[in-house]
Amino acid sequence: MKRRDFLRYSAAVPLLGTWGSVAFAAPAGGTRNLLVLVELKGGNDGLNTVVPYADPAYRRLRARTAIERDAVLQLTPDAGLNPGLEKLMPVWSAKQLAIVQGLGYPQPNLSHFRSIEIWDTASKSEEYLDDGWLARAFARSPSPASFAADGVVVGAADMGPLNGAGRAIALTNPEQFLRNARLARDAGATKNASLAHILRVEREIVQSAEKLDAGRRFETAFPTGPFGNAIRTAAQLAANPAGIAVIRVTLGGFDTHANQLGTHANLMRQLGEGLGALREALIEAGRWETTVVATYSEFGRRPASNQSGGTDHGTASAHLVMGGKVRGGLYGAAPKLDRLDGNGNLPFAVDFRSYYATILDRWWGMDANAALQGRFPTLEFLV
Amino acid sequence: MRATNFPVVRGALFSFALLLAPLAASAQAIGYDGARHFLNRVGFGATDAEVREYAGLTRTQAVDRVLAGARREATLPPPAFVETPPLPFYKYREMNEEDRKRQQRLTIEQGLQLREWWLREMLSSPSPFTERMTLFWHNHFATGQQKVRNGQLMHAQNALLRREALGNFGTLLHAVAKDPAMLIYLDNAGSRRQAPNENFAREVMELFTLGEGHGYGERDIQEAARAFTGWSLDRDTLKFMFRPAFHDGGEKTVLGRTGRFDGDEVLDILLARPEAAEFVTTKLWKEFVSPTPDGSEVKRLAAVFRDKRYEVKPLMRAMLASDAFWAPEQRGALIKSPLDLVVGTLRTFEIRPASLRPAVLASTVLGQNPMSPPNVKGWPGGEAWINSATLLGRKQLLDRLFRGTDAMPEAAPMMAAAAVDDAKAEATPTPEARLRRAMERGMQTYAFDWDRWSRTVDRSSSVESLALAAPAVNAAPEGAQGLELVRHLVSDPAYQLK
Repeated sequence: MKRRDFLRYSAAVPLLGTWGSVAFAAPAGGTRNLLVLVELKGGNDGLNTVVPYADPAYRRLRARTAIERDAVLQLTPDAGLNPGLEKLMPVWSAKQLAIVQGLGYPQPNLSHFRSIEIWDTASKSEEYLDDGWLARAFARSPSPASFAADGVVVGAADMGPLNGAGRAIALTNPEQFLRNARLARDAGATKNASLAHILRVEREIVQSAEKLDAGRRFETAFPTGPFGNAIRTAAQLAANPAGIAVIRVTLGGFDTHANQLGTHANLMRQLGEGLGALREALIEAGRWETTVVATYSEFGRRPASNQSGGTDHGTASAHLVMGGKVRGGLYGAAPKLDRLDGNGNLPFAVDFRSYYATILDRWWGMDANAALQGRFPTLEFLV
Repeated sequence: MRATNFPVVRGALFSFALLLAPLAASAQAIGYDGARHFLNRVGFGATDAEVREYAGLTRTQAVDRVLAGARREATLPPPAFVETPPLPFYKYREMNEEDRKRQQRLTIEQGLQLREWWLREMLSSPSPFTERMTLFWHNHFATGQQKVRNGQLMHAQNALLRREALGNFGTLLHAVAKDPAMLIYLDNAGSRRQAPNENFAREVMELFTLGEGHGYGERDIQEAARAFTGWSLDRDTLKFMFRPAFHDGGEKTVLGRTGRFDGDEVLDILLARPEAAEFVTTKLWKEFVSPTPDGSEVKRLAAVFRDKRYEVKPLMRAMLASDAFWAPEQRGALIKSPLDLVVGTLRTFEIRPASLRPAVLASTVLGQNPMSPPNVKGWPGGEAWINSATLLGRKQLLDRLFRGTDAMPEAAPMMAAAAVDDAKAEATPTPEARLRRAMERGMQTYAFDWDRWSRTVDRSSSVESLALAAPAVNAAPEGAQGLELVRHLVSDPAYQLK
């Protein structure tokens, strides 16, 4: 072994066991693009989001849950969007909406909790990791010190892909956050793990509060309802003078085991109107070119509908990516409804870690292999 | 002669010491700090008088006293609506838009009444331990009003959980599986042999008995789902009803055993697995002892649980009397849940509000809306209770409760200004924003009364020992006493621990 190599390896070894907690020095200045993640909680029905409307098997499997062919917003002769996503059609026409079909992973787990854990930690199906994939990425490659936070979780209690991140905060709206932040104080260290967690959160609050400006108002009209408010908060955060690398918003209610059509139509409308408003606000704030918006969910749903007019837990699903630097179009592969697995579920076409690798590598210029602990080919949806 | 005697005497002394050593800790009085630790873990806060009452007991005396007080029924009568018949779903579907809206408002109101009743029971029951165990099972067999949409059924499930809270886990599992609220929540009510719904079959293994990844596969879930087909509801009364036409009476293979199983037989197959006792014991450990279960202790306690055929009392007696429970490093090792914080603070500081609705809303804002867990996995708890949003919410709540009466005139305009900010920020208030505002308004009626409370605290008691499970992080200001000291203690990060 050459001396130089030896030095490199010996430097790398201590990192292997504890890399989640290793603090790399944050660069003092500089900038970093923004990622807005939209979690579709409960397992979104990919087949009724991006509808294979021309496939006769679709109508056969979906006796009571198919979208009418005439209602589908046609994208290609084979695929169309759910009618609730109407507000995304201008983005598609502008070639700034990418649709990745067949996102999933090998040996799919059909439990909500386990599968979202796999997505959040970017683990293998049978591997248990504690830290979120973004927390690992930021531990290796911190955002500039001038940033208000690595990540902000809007309106949800779980930190998801930011779990374990040093500079991540959760809030419902910035005004309230700042009003309350005066009650927090930066305090010392402890051996009690629970107390250490509380002190770490206090420190994050104090540090982020110094750099958040809640004043931004928009011309853009935001939809009413909790998701519309979360989108407004996301837009305010995107416009914050001190940077933020990730904003995560959540739309819940996708676990449609029964009477799916009406419920799902309503969710799609909320999603479409929310994303439409977000795009408008990002353009208004001059951030459309430096932001990528991407959806994710723990799994899709089973192609065949069940007896209750709903669908049970599935596997691979379609996801949406939009932004000024997104290369619009269809990626991955159309659902193969004639090649279902033993549970009647879809085989996956693209590993979800390729989806992440594309963001890490192409959007942030990070070492995706290291953060994801494996090699996953990147996709072409970013210019 | 002496030389030969000596070893005997020394041997005898030695064995005597051996006998004494294990006795020593458990035969001693638990003292003020021990009693505070014990009562805060098994209940929701504790007053100075209660702590002093327990301080003179030994571990086993304390544990036995709490177990002897266990109840099977609530002390307070439930809200009157639970006696009215529940609204059948088909009748709701037949309603026009206006009637549906009215019905939805009624359901929400009844849900709030139910939560207020439960919080009042937690606050005033002579056996807070019963309520803590009921809440534990509610989290274990998590069922949410948001899907069940029926206060009567939620109350019936709550009564079931209380009845077996310190009864038998096997009995409870069988009863919960046929409980109407659960049948609705996990979709089993409509499961038919032609297309079994797997939701309940999956969660009964993953969350209720074996634990994720513990020796079962997709195939076992599908087979078990067939066994549960036909466990349904009477469409008019919403009571449990077996529908033979829905049931798949064929042969199934579950966890390596084959037979024409029905649902009860599948539950017995699950209960026969050693993983079930270990899974439930681990969860109880995290609730009562520490966030990091001790593998060999859990195995020992799980064996007690199995030997006693899933009787809960012997397991809890062994767990609460264990050295691990009383170890100094476990004092303050758990993070208070929102209900610990809200109900525990009201109880410890003897704040007795006329209405508990603001307390229900406060717990909800902090992430724990009783009767509405986030999903079937329940509240994740532990560190997940605390993030920047919820920690600030907790501090704001405590700040408000302990502001003291003399600060009120000054506080009112500040809060009015905050409300205006909120209104500006949210032209169309979200349910969350409305909830927060209702909570904030309600909280103005809650105030800690230092003069009254201080008279109930014994001169010999230390307010810090009563309020905090671990030493304060921030030193009190020089000479702080009275209300100022209490305000300092409850704002300390250590107040979030139990």
